[in-house]
Amino acid sequence: MTESRTPEDDQLPQVNLETQMSESARTPQDEEEIVERSRTATVIREIMSGSAVMSVLAVVFALIIGGILIAATDARVQETAGYFFSRPGDMLSAIWNSVSGAYIALFQGSVYNFRRPGFANGIKPLLDTLTFATPLIVAGLGVALGFRAGLFNIGGRGQMLFGAAAAGWVAFSFDLPVGIHLILAIVAGIAAGAIWGGVAGYLKARTGAHEVITTIMLNYVAYFFVYWMLSTPGLLQAPGSNNPKTPAMKETAILPLIFGPSYSLHWGFIIAIAATIFVWWLLNRSSLGFQFKAVGFNPKAARVAGMNVNRMFTYVMLFSGGLVGLAGVFQVLGTVTTGFSAGIDAGIGFDAITVALLGRSRPWGVFAAGILFGAFKAGGFTMQATQQIPIDIVLVVQSIIVLLIAAPPLVRAIFRLPAPNLLEPAGSAKLQGKKAVVSK
Amino acid sequence: MRITSRKSALSGLALVGVSTLLLAGCASAPETPSGSPAPGASNFKPCMVSDSGGFDDKSFNQIGKEGLDAAAKDLGVKPIEVESQAETDYASNIDNLVSDGCNIIVTVGFLLADATKAAATANPDVDFAIIDDSSISLPNVKPIVFDTAQAAFLAGYAAASYSKSGIVGTFGGIPIPPVTIFMDGFVDGVNYYNTAKGKNVKALGWDVAKQDGAFTGGFDANDTAKSTAQNLIDQGADVILPVGGPIYKSAAQAIKDSGKDIALIGVDADVTQTDPSIADILLTSVMKGIAVGVSDVVKSTADGKFDNSPFVGTLANGGVGIAPFHSFESKVDPGLQGELDALKADIVSGKVKVESPSSPK
Repeated sequence: MTESRTPEDDQLPQVNLETQMSESARTPQDEEEIVERSRTATVIREIMSGSAVMSVLAVVFALIIGGILIAATDARVQETAGYFFSRPGDMLSAIWNSVSGAYIALFQGSVYNFRRPGFANGIKPLLDTLTFATPLIVAGLGVALGFRAGLFNIGGRGQMLFGAAAAGWVAFSFDLPVGIHLILAIVAGIAAGAIWGGVAGYLKARTGAHEVITTIMLNYVAYFFVYWMLSTPGLLQAPGSNNPKTPAMKETAILPLIFGPSYSLHWGFIIAIAATIFVWWLLNRSSLGFQFKAVGFNPKAARVAGMNVNRMFTYVMLFSGGLVGLAGVFQVLGTVTTGFSAGIDAGIGFDAITVALLGRSRPWGVFAAGILFGAFKAGGFTMQATQQIPIDIVLVVQSIIVLLIAAPPLVRAIFRLPAPNLLEPAGSAKLQGKKAVVSK
Repeated sequence: MRITSRKSALSGLALVGVSTLLLAGCASAPETPSGSPAPGASNFKPCMVSDSGGFDDKSFNQIGKEGLDAAAKDLGVKPIEVESQAETDYASNIDNLVSDGCNIIVTVGFLLADATKAAATANPDVDFAIIDDSSISLPNVKPIVFDTAQAAFLAGYAAASYSKSGIVGTFGGIPIPPVTIFMDGFVDGVNYYNTAKGKNVKALGWDVAKQDGAFTGGFDANDTAKSTAQNLIDQGADVILPVGGPIYKSAAQAIKDSGKDIALIGVDADVTQTDPSIADILLTSVMKGIAVGVSDVVKSTADGKFDNSPFVGTLANGGVGIAPFHSFESKVDPGLQGELDALKADIVSGKVKVESPSSPK
C-alpha cells in the first residue's frame, strides 16, 4: 500500500507546479514585474483595479442580501411561511412589507423624511448623513493614502484615539480666543494622529516590521493609554468625577454648526472636502505623491529610480495617521462635544478601511463611499427605531460590501463581467505612463 | 466534466432546498388572517435606548429591557427598543425615537445623561426617564434610582449571622456612588447585627466613615478582582460581597481555589437564577429592581401620571430587596429569616434608619 501511494504523492506537487508554471506563463512579458512586486501590493492593486461599476454592483448585491436577511428574520414572514401553500399572498406581502419598510426607513433616516413637516425638517436626515460621513471621509482618505503606497494602515483606532485625546485636551483645558483655540485643537489632533501613524511607518522603514502587525498592536497601546489618562485625575478625567470621561469641550474650541443649531452638520464637513482636495492634489500633482504611488506600485523599481523608499514609508504613515487623527478631532469637537470616553473612535478606524476599499483608494471615490457609509449609519438608527430591524443588519450589509470588494472575481462571476487585465486597469492611462518611468 | 458534476451538485442542493421549503410550507392557514394589533391596544408608545453595552449585557441594559417588555405587555402596546453601539450613537438614537412619536423614552445609564438632557430640553413635550442617574432636573425627565443601601443592610445582617469566623468582607469595582452604596449598607448591616446581638463580627474592605476601601479599578472579571477576593479570604473572611457586574466571577474562582467553606453574596439580580453555576456558594443576592422601576414609571406615564420626581427603589416599594437563601436555607440560623423580615419592616417604617452618603435624595 505504502509503496503504491508514494508515486501518487510525488505526483501531486508536480501537478501543482505545472499549473503554476502555466499560470505564470500566461504573461511572460510581465513575469519579472510580478515576481518583484510584493504580495501585499498585488492584492491592493487587484482590489483597486475594479471599476466604479464594480463598487456600485457590490453595494446593490449587498442590499439584496440584506433584504433577504431582513425578510428571513421578520417574525411575520416566519409566521406566514408556515402556511405558504394555503395562502401564499400572506407571505409575499409580509416579505414586501418588511423589506420595503426597512429600505424606506433607511432612505428616510439618511436622505429625506417625508413624515416630517416641511422641507426644513425633512432634509435633516441628509445633513445627519453628512455629519456621520465627515469622520469616515477623512479616516478613509488616510487609509486610502496608505493603500496607494502599498501599506495597510489597520491602526485607525489608535490614531483616532490619540487625535481625539490631544484635540480634546487642548479644547477643554485651555482658555484661548475664538478661532485660535479651535485651530490649535485641530492641529494638536492631527499631529498626535500623525505621530502615532508615523511610529508604525518608522518601525517599518528602520526595522522592516510589518505595518499590519505594528498598527494593530499600537491600537491596543493607544486604547489602554488613553483609558489610563481618562481614569487618572489631572490628565483627561473630568474634575470631581470618578467616571472615565473628560469634561465638556470649551465653546471656543467647538466646530461651529454650518446651518444653525437645528442641524448637526458642522464645519468639519468643509474641512473634509478640503482634505479630499488636498489628498487629490498630493497624489496627482505633487512629487511626494508621485513617489508614494511609485513605492506602492513597485518598491524595488522605486529604489532603483533613486527614491528613498524607507523615508516614503515613514512619510506616508505620517500623512495617513494625520488624516485619521483628524477623524478623531471631528468626533470630539463636532459629533459629541460634551466630553468623551475611550469608545470615542466608534469603530470608524476600521470602517475607514471599508470606505477606502469601496472608494478604490481614489480621493473622490473615498469621499462618495464615506457619504454612503454615513447614510447607512444615519439610516440604521431609523431602521431600528421605526421598523425594529436589528442594527446588526446594517453591519451585515456593510460587511458583504467588503467581502465583495475584497474578492472582485466573485462580483464578476455574479454579474458576469469580463475580467480586466490587472496590469492595465481601465481608465488609468496616467498610471501606465508612470509605470514606464518607474521601470526606466 | 467538472462543470457537469458541479451543475448536478448544484441542482441536487437546490432540490433539497426546495423540498425543505415545500414541506415547511404545508401547514394550513390560520382561520382569521392576523395582522391587526391585539384588542385594547392604545397609541401609547414606550421606548428605550441602551448604552453601548447592548441589551444582551446580562446587566442593567438587559434588566431594563425586561422591565419595559413587561410593562408593554400589561398595557397591550408594542415597545420600541434601540441599541447603541458607541457613545456617538446616543443622541441620534434618541432623536429618531422622538421623531417616531415615542411618548416616553427610557435611557439606560449615566453615560446617556448628556444626550438625554439635550433631547429633553429640545423636546419638552416628550417624557424621559433615565436609569441610575439623578443629575438632570428638568420637568420632563424622571430619574430612576435605587436606595440599595437598604437591601445591602439586610444582606450585611444575614452575612454577620451566617459567618463562623466572625469576619466578613466586601470589595468594589470602581468607587462610584452606585457601587459604594452597596458597601455602606452592608457594613452598617453588620454593625447593626453586632449591636443587636452583642457580637463582634468584623467587616473588611470598606470604611464607611472614610468612604474608602478595596477596589479592583474596573468592572472586569480579571486577576486583580481575584487577588482582591483572595486577600479577603486570607484575612479570614468567610462571606464576601463583590460589588460591580462580573467581578463576582473572579471572587467565586478565588473561593473555589481556596477550598474553604466560604459564601458569596451576589448583586443586582438574584444571581442563582442568572448564573446557576455558582448557586452552591451563593448565600443570597442584593437585588436592584431596575425592571420594577422601569415598568412602574412606564405604566404611570401611560395613565397620564408622569412627574419628574425621582423613582427611588426602596424596600417599601419592592424596588430593592434580598434574594431567598436557596441552597443555604438549611445552613443559616433557623430564626434568621424571621429576624430579617422584622428588620425589613422596621426599615420600611423608619424605625431603623439606613443612611448612606450615596443614597438618592
